[in-house]
Amino acid sequence: MSTRVNWKFALPLVVFAAIVAFLFVGLFRDPREVPSPLIGKPAPAFALANLHQPERKVAAADFKGQVWLLNVWASWCVSCRVEHPLWVELAKAKVVPIVGLNYKDKSAEGLAWLAQHGDPYTLSVVDADGRVGIDWGVYGVPETFVIDKDGVIRHKHIGPITTEALQRTILPLVRKLQQA
Amino acid sequence: MRARFAGFAFALAIIAGAASAQPAPDPALEGRLKRLESELRCLVCQNQTLADSNAPLAEDLRREVRELAVSGKSDDDIRAFLVARYGDFVLYEPPVKATTWLLWFGPFLLLAGGALVWLAIVRRRRAVAVAPSPATQESGDALARARALLDDNPLG
Repeated sequence: MSTRVNWKFALPLVVFAAIVAFLFVGLFRDPREVPSPLIGKPAPAFALANLHQPERKVAAADFKGQVWLLNVWASWCVSCRVEHPLWVELAKAKVVPIVGLNYKDKSAEGLAWLAQHGDPYTLSVVDADGRVGIDWGVYGVPETFVIDKDGVIRHKHIGPITTEALQRTILPLVRKLQQA
Repeated sequence: MRARFAGFAFALAIIAGAASAQPAPDPALEGRLKRLESELRCLVCQNQTLADSNAPLAEDLRREVRELAVSGKSDDDIRAFLVARYGDFVLYEPPVKATTWLLWFGPFLLLAGGALVWLAIVRRRRAVAVAPSPATQESGDALARARALLDDNPLG
């Protein structure tokens, strides 16, 4: 008799604990971070003008055989300015090529922005109307993708990059992929 | 005040004029786009539909949806196009699949759980009503004693 009563009294507590657990986990998740369906899929193809040499077309396939980062940026994007020093620093270390996708920007303004804040990019490509951005599932600038040697997207970081994200996630992944 | 009102009316007239100057070619297509856009989510302002949002990305996606529709793609093709890029989250009505079973059937599970609890309570109450508890017997004895006392009343 007494064991039955205990079990019944424990039930609301168990339900409550489950709700608390769900809410607690939800507390630390960013609802703006929509998981990309492109992880593990081939990087969407593009053929875009090089920001510095508009007559030269750059394709996603050009980077096959190496691990590379695609960073979506724009001169009008405020949080790009926040993350930019980290890219400049990373570029100095020369561990991985960083390709810039100049998203829905005017090329002159993009170039001026790079001149002012420094250019960490191996090269930047121009996505003036944002179509390639849509193909890559971009919905908030800045965004950063890690692409492996086979041209498969392995990771996506939404929002400005942080030292923590670089050290804990992106750079270890880059190193692992480079050794693969 | 009157001047301000006149200015406002003038501005409205201009806006109305600009709106009517837009080409409105195919009402069927417009209706279809409107319906499709209102079941797709704007990724930037998550609680607005593509049709309602003024975010630049929503404008781009509306343009994309329109072009796909004009090029003869079906509604399902257009939905698939967006899901491939942004995931199921763009759909206001998520598809039924293994990862969304809990979402779709969870409420029914809760309902069934509630029904079981309700049934258990009703059963227990009925059992109590059928087999009188010691408490009711006790009160029955008290009642009999009270009746006896009343019957013994010499005034009666």
